[in-house]
Amino acid sequence: MKLESRIPSGPIEKKWDNCRFDMKLVNPANKRKYSVIVVGTGLAGGAAAATLGELGYNVLCFSHHDSPRRAHSIAAQGGINAAKNYCNDGDSIYRLFYDTVKGGDFRAREANVYRLAQISVGIIDQCVAQGVPFAREYGGTLSNRSFGGAQVSRTFYARGQTGQQLLLGAYQALERQIDAGSVKMFTRREMLDLIVIDGVARGIVTRDMGTGKLEVTIADAVVLGTGGYGNVFYLSTNAKNSNATAIWRAYKRGAAFGNPCFTQIHPTCIPVSGDYQSKLTLMSESLRNDGRIWVPLKKGDARAADQIPEAERDYFLERRYPSFGNLVPRDVASRNAKMVCDEGRGVGPGGYGVYLDFADSIRRLGASTIRERYGNLFEMYDRITGEDPYSVPMRIYPAVHYTMGGLWVDYRLQSTIPGLFVIGEANFSDHGANRLGASALMQGLADGYFVLPYTIGDYLANTKLAKADESHVAAREALGNVENLTKKMLGIRGKRTVDSFHKELGKYMWEYCGMARTDKGLQFAMGKIAELREEYWKNVNILGSNEEINQSLERAGRVADFIELGELMCRDALERRESCGGHFREEWQTPEGEAQRDDENFSHAAAWLYQGDGKTPERLVEPLEFEYVHPSQRSYK
Amino acid sequence: MKITLHVWRQKDRNAQGKLVRYECPNVSEHMSFLEMLDVLNEDLTTKGEDPVAFEHDCREGICGSCGIVINGVAHGPMPGTTVCQLHMRHFKDGDELYLEPWRAKAFPVMKDLIVDRGAFDRIIAAGGYISVPAGSAPDGNAIPVPKEDSDRAMDAAQCIGCGACVAACPNASASLFTSAKISHLGLLPQGQPERYERALNMVQQMTIEEFGACGNIGECEAVCPKRISIENIARMHRDYMNGAFSARPNAEAGSAG
Amino acid sequence: MSVGSAAQPAAGAKAAGDGSRLFLFYNSPVGKKAVMAVTGLVGFGFVIGHMLGNLQIFLGPEVMNAYGMKLHETPPLLYGARTVLLGAVALHIIAALQLIKMNSDARPTKYAKVSPVTSSYASRTMWWSGPILGFFIVYHLLHFTSGAAHPNFTYQDAARHIPAPYENVVAGFSNPLVSLFYIIAMILLMLHINHGAWSLFQSLGLNHPRYTPLIRTVARTASYALLIGNCAIPLAVLAGVVK
Ligand SMILES: Cc1cc2nc3c(=O)[nH]c(=O)nc-3n(C[C@H](O)[C@H](O)[C@H](O)COP(=O)(O)OP(=O)(O)OC[C@H]3O[C@@H](n4cnc5c(N)ncnc54)[C@H](O)[C@@H]3O)c2cc1C
Ligand code: HEM
Ligand code: SF4
Ligand code: FES
Repeated sequence: MKLESRIPSGPIEKKWDNCRFDMKLVNPANKRKYSVIVVGTGLAGGAAAATLGELGYNVLCFSHHDSPRRAHSIAAQGGINAAKNYCNDGDSIYRLFYDTVKGGDFRAREANVYRLAQISVGIIDQCVAQGVPFAREYGGTLSNRSFGGAQVSRTFYARGQTGQQLLLGAYQALERQIDAGSVKMFTRREMLDLIVIDGVARGIVTRDMGTGKLEVTIADAVVLGTGGYGNVFYLSTNAKNSNATAIWRAYKRGAAFGNPCFTQIHPTCIPVSGDYQSKLTLMSESLRNDGRIWVPLKKGDARAADQIPEAERDYFLERRYPSFGNLVPRDVASRNAKMVCDEGRGVGPGGYGVYLDFADSIRRLGASTIRERYGNLFEMYDRITGEDPYSVPMRIYPAVHYTMGGLWVDYRLQSTIPGLFVIGEANFSDHGANRLGASALMQGLADGYFVLPYTIGDYLANTKLAKADESHVAAREALGNVENLTKKMLGIRGKRTVDSFHKELGKYMWEYCGMARTDKGLQFAMGKIAELREEYWKNVNILGSNEEINQSLERAGRVADFIELGELMCRDALERRESCGGHFREEWQTPEGEAQRDDENFSHAAAWLYQGDGKTPERLVEPLEFEYVHPSQRSYK
Repeated sequence: MKITLHVWRQKDRNAQGKLVRYECPNVSEHMSFLEMLDVLNEDLTTKGEDPVAFEHDCREGICGSCGIVINGVAHGPMPGTTVCQLHMRHFKDGDELYLEPWRAKAFPVMKDLIVDRGAFDRIIAAGGYISVPAGSAPDGNAIPVPKEDSDRAMDAAQCIGCGACVAACPNASASLFTSAKISHLGLLPQGQPERYERALNMVQQMTIEEFGACGNIGECEAVCPKRISIENIARMHRDYMNGAFSARPNAEAGSAG
Repeated sequence: MSVGSAAQPAAGAKAAGDGSRLFLFYNSPVGKKAVMAVTGLVGFGFVIGHMLGNLQIFLGPEVMNAYGMKLHETPPLLYGARTVLLGAVALHIIAALQLIKMNSDARPTKYAKVSPVTSSYASRTMWWSGPILGFFIVYHLLHFTSGAAHPNFTYQDAARHIPAPYENVVAGFSNPLVSLFYIIAMILLMLHINHGAWSLFQSLGLNHPRYTPLIRTVARTASYALLIGNCAIPLAVLAGVVK
């Protein structure tokens, strides 16, 4: 198979126009006759389902949550980028495009990123009209702030709850369509398989998580907006129920998986406090504007922070990156924190933490200014750790935050299975090897409101589908497959809980496929994960039955998929013999210890094609061309 | 420390439930409340007993999934805090805690501590939106919004839809939740065209869902993790009355579409 | 196996356009509460006026009886007020009973543990302080208005059926049990007004951070004033101050 990216012709600023002009339209009266399955109600899925409903399609929308409003997008804090140039500071579509391609360390498709920057402008308009209460200036206009990786202020925000407000906007639009009857919402339904008929995606198998009933739904196209897979690491800033099952099962039906190893690790999270730890909490990176990061100079220094004199502290980011200091990009900050902790200079229980100290800022600006800027974050920190950051420095440590990888899609967001579209964090598209802050929300909404609704129309208008219903052999086969899997898992009754497997997987992933990766480590992890997988199918203990609410069973399916995905991530990381963005291979670094790309051999996206259980998947390659932004070595010294 | 729990166990919607006693012998003060339950569940599973089902997701106090009535207080003893953000350091060694699900006719118990809050979605579907199809919006700065209005809209918009207000209300009223959305949209210029009709329709849905009436008692705002104020309920009443008495018959045709 | 069936919302009743607006208005808890508030306000106004009128008892039988006589000699005032009051009480009671039912239906299973966080005792007990007041009102009317429940009801003008309030009150409250019942009822009235007199503003949609605290203070003060003023009468009778 060859990857067809279907990038439209013409100069970059005309590509999306050309593409839209080339697309066939569905006659409004005919839209009702097409049914589309949308899985996921996050920013991407929610926006897509609502918009398709508005356009008149017959939409069937699924979510494993009890309400569409609970999708993990709700948790995004910082903001959303848009090239509005409201601050008159020289921003433009081209600049946003440029920053995003560079921030992604030249591993994203230029045409997609340009389109994203173009559309960003309309997203803000749409959200404002929906009633999203973005921050405002006294004159009543929209307010902006700056974010990592950019020298202009282009981030729109709603206090520390931007994702919540954007999602509620999409959710409300979706509920409006549900009320109008154009969208049928199925909550508490988990997609467990994809139905492919005659080579095209036609339906899904879901489990009703309230009753255990397995259901088949057939439609004319399937859209996945099922979010990221950061929970493969067990501990991450993702919500506990975020999972990879939908995209993983689609992968097993033939959708290629793009750049699985591209993971973003966020430098400012609250460190782990014990082995009962269930998830990690992000502290907005805006804190790095006023906090100074340091560790003791001496190894194993057990003194309290205020007992360590200035001369015995190592402000390692300021020391190593004098010009950017504490404001280096996420990947660089994370890696350095790991380095000092590995040297034995970490602080806090377990030694995996560094100080983020506000004492200087409080002295300079006063506690009230700091409270005004970060009050809610300080409160959250206090609530979780029981320590008051106004008097003792915060302790932070990097944590898995976002996955740039995902199902491979072409310019029109279609996967390698015709009729299967993938949007939001679930696809691999726009961020390359590292995502800039405030651009995931932008991408999810761009895909959902403004890209997919056009491209899916073109697909439907151009495709003649055979009649099919739930009695089709392929549907029955998929249903049987899920039934068997469920039976098999419930039949094991082994000795270990699902979570214990998940934790063990997370340990390997974090250790060997986390912030720093090596050939040896990755091979070792792959071996360990294979063993873990084998043990899983012999020794996992899932109580209860299918015909009830069974949270262990829900988790069991997800963890089984995470184990397989973890192996693929290691494989991808192993094969990408370079360092780029969040993917840091120790073998490829500059003399100063920075990521060293290998553009000659790896200026491409890798997409893995499933070949069957136990077989090595095929690595497909989509070469990336950089016509507009020329690859260069990032430097923050 | 050691904590004794009395947890509501109920197999499914139709089953009879009861409180069951569990001992948690090794609780660390750094654990979150839900982590304590995670540990309990791991123990129960290993012993072959059905783990306690409870809803949760973000564990950051924003998704609104979690919710347990702890010793008679929705979301437990810390004001402005969801259960998932509640930490064990606020309890003492030897404490005995009663864990019950949200109780309201409109929120039937599905299993143990999990309830069905679909009624909230239907209240939003009845009118908790601004009708603006994708693509039809004017420039974001075309309509200036006074900062104060925007801030107050945001105060109301922070509602996470957790349902603690219903759980804590002696009348199981959904007024705080419903009014938060009516206020959020009604305070913004963008929300004006549908303002009164929205209040009318959402309140009507709230009635159909069989929530109780607001007695202006104030337990809701006391337990609300986002500290939504009952001032919003007054605004809902105002808009509702306005909608009920001022709308003209021929202006009533529009609904979602 | 089955084809997915959507969890469709309960028939989304679009209020607009169907049925009578008044019916729809009253059908919702908000409408009922508006009725409670308006009728409660009438009642609140009345109990204040009623107390002030009754306190004239401390000015002696002449003043008190003259006051009673004046009321009876202005029938439009008397019957106008009685109609409004009875109407208000009737509506208040109907709406209250419906609300009480609605509220108790809304929580079929009770909590094993309930610990209120900030709410006042008064606010949580409206649903029984009100109904007991209802019984009290009936008794009160039979006691001092019609005399049917008064052992020795006297008239200052028997021909015109104008009672002698001073004598009736003194005789009525001389029975400690009757006085005790009155005092208990006044405690309930205090509770009912303590919450009700600010709550009614909230129900009618009036809440403002500048004025609401003031309204709450006034409501509380009024409720205590009612308690003290109204109880002063039976206590004075029992103590022999008024005889
Ligand atoms: C703590 C945190 C803070 C962040 N802050 C920012 C920020 O400030 N700015 C920014 O741009 N980005 C931020 N991000 C990233 C951003 O929030 C996410 O990338 C984005 O919201 C993902 O949206 P989505 O629609 O793709 O998926 P999600 O919002 O994750 O939605 C997934 C949906 O799919 C459903 N689903 C999943 N699997 C299944 C299945 N098998 N069956 C049925 N349904 C399924 C779920 O129910 C859910 O509805 C942050 C992320 C985190 C974790
Ligand atoms: C002296 C006579 C009475 C006065 C002055 C009075 C006054 C009030 C007021 C002002 C309110 C507040 C309304 C609101 O919250 O909007 C109220 C509420 C209430 N009253 Fe009365 N009332 C009286 C008698 C009664 C009686 C006889 C009943 C019994 C049936 C009753 C039952 C209630 C109830 C149940 C409420 C609470 C309603 C709710 O919040 O849901 N009241 N009353
Ligand atoms: S108003 Fe408060 S308590 Fe009620 S649902 Fe919203 S956040 Fe929860
Ligand atoms: S789990 Fe999301 S709010 Fe508690």
